[in-house]
Amino acid sequence: MQLIFEKGRAGRKGFKIQRSDVPASGVIPEKFERKTEIDLPEVSELDVIRHFTCLANLNFCVDSNLYPLGSCTMKYNPKFTETCAKIAGFEELHPLLPQLSGGGILTQGALELLYRMEKLLCEITGMDCFTMQPLAGAHGELTGTMLIAAYHREKGNRKKYILVPDSSHGTNPASAAIAGYQVIVIPSDSTGVMDITEYKKHLTPEVAGVMLTCPNTLGIFNPAIKEICSLAHGVDALMYYDGANLNAILGKLRPGDVGFDIVHLNLHKTFATPHGGGGPGAGPVGAKKELSRFMPISKVVMRTDGTFGLDYHYPDSIGYIAPFYGNFGVLVKAYAYILLLGRAGLIDAAEKAVLNANYVKEKLKKHYKLPYDRPCMHECVFSADRQKEKGVSALDIAKYLIDRGIHPPTIYFPLIVKEAMMIEPTETESKDTLDTFINEMINAASLAATNPEKFADLPETAPVQRVDEVKAARDLNLKWSRP
Amino acid sequence: MGVQWYHTMNYTPHTDEEVRQMLADIGVRSIDDLFSCIPREMRPASFDIPEGRSEAEVVNNLRLLASRNSTSLVNFTGAGFYSHYIPSAVDAVASLPEFYTAYTPYQPEASQGWLQAIYEYQTAICNLTDMEVANASLYDGGTALYEACMTAVRINGRKKIVVDAGVNLIYWTMIQCYISNLSLDVVKIPVKNLCADRESIFREMDGQTSAVILQNPNFFGCVDDYSDIVEHAHKKDIIVIESVYPVSLGLLKTPGETGADIAVGEGQSLGIPLSFGGPYLGFMASRKEFVRKMPGRIIGRTVDKKGRDGYVMTLQAREQHIRREKATSNICSNEALCALRALVYLSLLGRQGLKELAQVNLDKAEFAKQRLEKIPGVKVPREITTFNEFPVLLPENADSVVNKMIAKGFAPGFPLGRFYRGMDRYLLVAVTERRTKEEIAKFAESLEAVLCS
Repeated sequence: MQLIFEKGRAGRKGFKIQRSDVPASGVIPEKFERKTEIDLPEVSELDVIRHFTCLANLNFCVDSNLYPLGSCTMKYNPKFTETCAKIAGFEELHPLLPQLSGGGILTQGALELLYRMEKLLCEITGMDCFTMQPLAGAHGELTGTMLIAAYHREKGNRKKYILVPDSSHGTNPASAAIAGYQVIVIPSDSTGVMDITEYKKHLTPEVAGVMLTCPNTLGIFNPAIKEICSLAHGVDALMYYDGANLNAILGKLRPGDVGFDIVHLNLHKTFATPHGGGGPGAGPVGAKKELSRFMPISKVVMRTDGTFGLDYHYPDSIGYIAPFYGNFGVLVKAYAYILLLGRAGLIDAAEKAVLNANYVKEKLKKHYKLPYDRPCMHECVFSADRQKEKGVSALDIAKYLIDRGIHPPTIYFPLIVKEAMMIEPTETESKDTLDTFINEMINAASLAATNPEKFADLPETAPVQRVDEVKAARDLNLKWSRP
Repeated sequence: MGVQWYHTMNYTPHTDEEVRQMLADIGVRSIDDLFSCIPREMRPASFDIPEGRSEAEVVNNLRLLASRNSTSLVNFTGAGFYSHYIPSAVDAVASLPEFYTAYTPYQPEASQGWLQAIYEYQTAICNLTDMEVANASLYDGGTALYEACMTAVRINGRKKIVVDAGVNLIYWTMIQCYISNLSLDVVKIPVKNLCADRESIFREMDGQTSAVILQNPNFFGCVDDYSDIVEHAHKKDIIVIESVYPVSLGLLKTPGETGADIAVGEGQSLGIPLSFGGPYLGFMASRKEFVRKMPGRIIGRTVDKKGRDGYVMTLQAREQHIRREKATSNICSNEALCALRALVYLSLLGRQGLKELAQVNLDKAEFAKQRLEKIPGVKVPREITTFNEFPVLLPENADSVVNKMIAKGFAPGFPLGRFYRGMDRYLLVAVTERRTKEEIAKFAESLEAVLCS
């Protein structure tokens, strides 16, 4: 499809700028002036709307397609939360207003929402305090590892390492590195959880923290989690809970109850805010009270008269992680979602998510290799190993699904499973939809057995077929230039 | 007989019968059996969340909360975050579910719309800043500035960062937070007459210096041409990072024109609501030779098996899912939907519209200056060039003036004393195209009344 830059005509406009109504004109001195033309499109509003509507039609999305992308929790995003975030009293509010003298009283609703959200997330996770500032899950991880660093610096601990299992998300080690730590990777055992013997071997007094996803990225709950936490505490290492998979355990387990010290949540996963094609998300971080004084500033507090305000008086705080109070527009949506579901609804979400994943797992395990055959939580990980013997890879199966109108599962992750296909159906999908998916997966397995060569030309129905990634990286073309 | 409430709607579609069938197929008796792997003693000590409510109740609840926030204040506060009009077409595009309910384009065949849109966004950012390459966006202007510092450190391997104090103090604070565990040396150079102090900056730029960070217009509104600093820096292989306000680039010299190496900024002003602090948009562009040192997603244009144009995430070997602890950043997403808003906004305004918008902002700010400096005791520094935001020197403490102006219905600006010692009487006033002649006049009258009372 033509680029928006290639459409339109010189002189065409898509928006009427309001004319100046003031009897003054400003002049920028020549030396400060832009001399170059701004090469932007010259298109009408209709050109813009049609262009982007046509582009939109090239995307798979939750509203059109089953999207069982493992570890991403692509559940349905309820429409009413969009309505809530667009209320003028939220959307048009300037973030500096509560920091102006006399302005706090004019932002009481926004501050109260932040305050109540903090209390809800504390209760959901068993933590004592929460910051809403982190702007994404990975940003939350960074905040968490910085809390770990602040804790040890304060105690004068000289610690060098963060432990992560080999099934962890890549963001865990990357975040640990920015907080100044070296990473030690602990292998998984034959049951798919972190090898406890290896863990004990590496858990030296130089370990600052342990980062775990629970259930892990194989969708497996580690029953030794409490022991893992108490062993870490034995060497004064902090336990970090990667909340990517919290959806599985809402109301069933709270990280704070079993020994985790810090947790980040992905509101765009567990609490149904839209993924937006890659963002914005939100990654609030919770911690135990021993760590509360290190939390980012500002904090929202309820004063004795029942009003809400911002408190900056935390000299031990790690500082500002975000410019203000987090991705507020995203927080509004997650807050509305939690209020609507309530206690029973949140538990119901976890139960149906786990039910759906186990159903898919049971139905497919005859057809695909299941490297860890045990009850799963919210997702299950298969391997296309058997199909690979015939020359059909996980990638090929992904492309097959695209032709069937299904977004493929996460593939080639976690790294410890060869030809991995990580399936997370989420609780909002019905049995009928899952049956369709299961049938298509079985059909793919049959086709791989009988006509493996057919996969090479898939997908047939998509606007492109197997784009050349090697060429993309070699002959870099990252922006369009006018011919 | 009343209605029987048999199913609680939580967006879970399962009927009781379906649940029974599924459990039977799995081979367990109850849902509880699926959670038997979590030992009893690990179950929650409490889970005291209020019971669920209907959509109507929740929406009303949030409307009530929102009504406790002011929407009627006439806004003259900017400080890096500006109230610009957002064309309805921006919301219309961002509300297309094919954009907002999709995720990261891992599967190019199922995501060409998103991939092409981001490629167009990268092009727009490059053209706006006169740079050669841009990434697919970062969280916000502050994290973009921090990521630019780290990019510079990767480029030349040096450990010292020189920051002009004209950089937004919020960003300065964020950078300090982020680098607290990395052995970097950050030096802040105070401004001189509200502008970058060349003499001191040149003195600090030595063989250990990795980057110098500048902002245009700076936090005090001062418009500058940093070409001389760039020239000086390049003699010592120092990277110049320039943080810019995109709307101002309709008129002001671009980072590319000054010769800067990396351009970053807050994209909120490009069609993204203020929304009490986020979500926003961090943009980042650089010279082509640094692209492999950049953080974040980058989209490239290539061809498919049949020779058709296609788009794909590229240079992924820099990223955390492949490089893990050795990645250029821990970021694993972008602010795609905000980037899309910026692209649609820039497309609607077009090459002429952005210039017009910048000029209207400049004119209104000039008008406000003229009105405000007529107030006895009020001084507007005229020795500096400004765009749509400027400092005003008041005859008394700006903080208390702000308080009184809020009571009169204005968010009158940012009191610089809150961030800068010795600037207690300065108020930083922003005037965007949204402010009418009448509002500006009323603002000046009210300020005069407040100062005389």
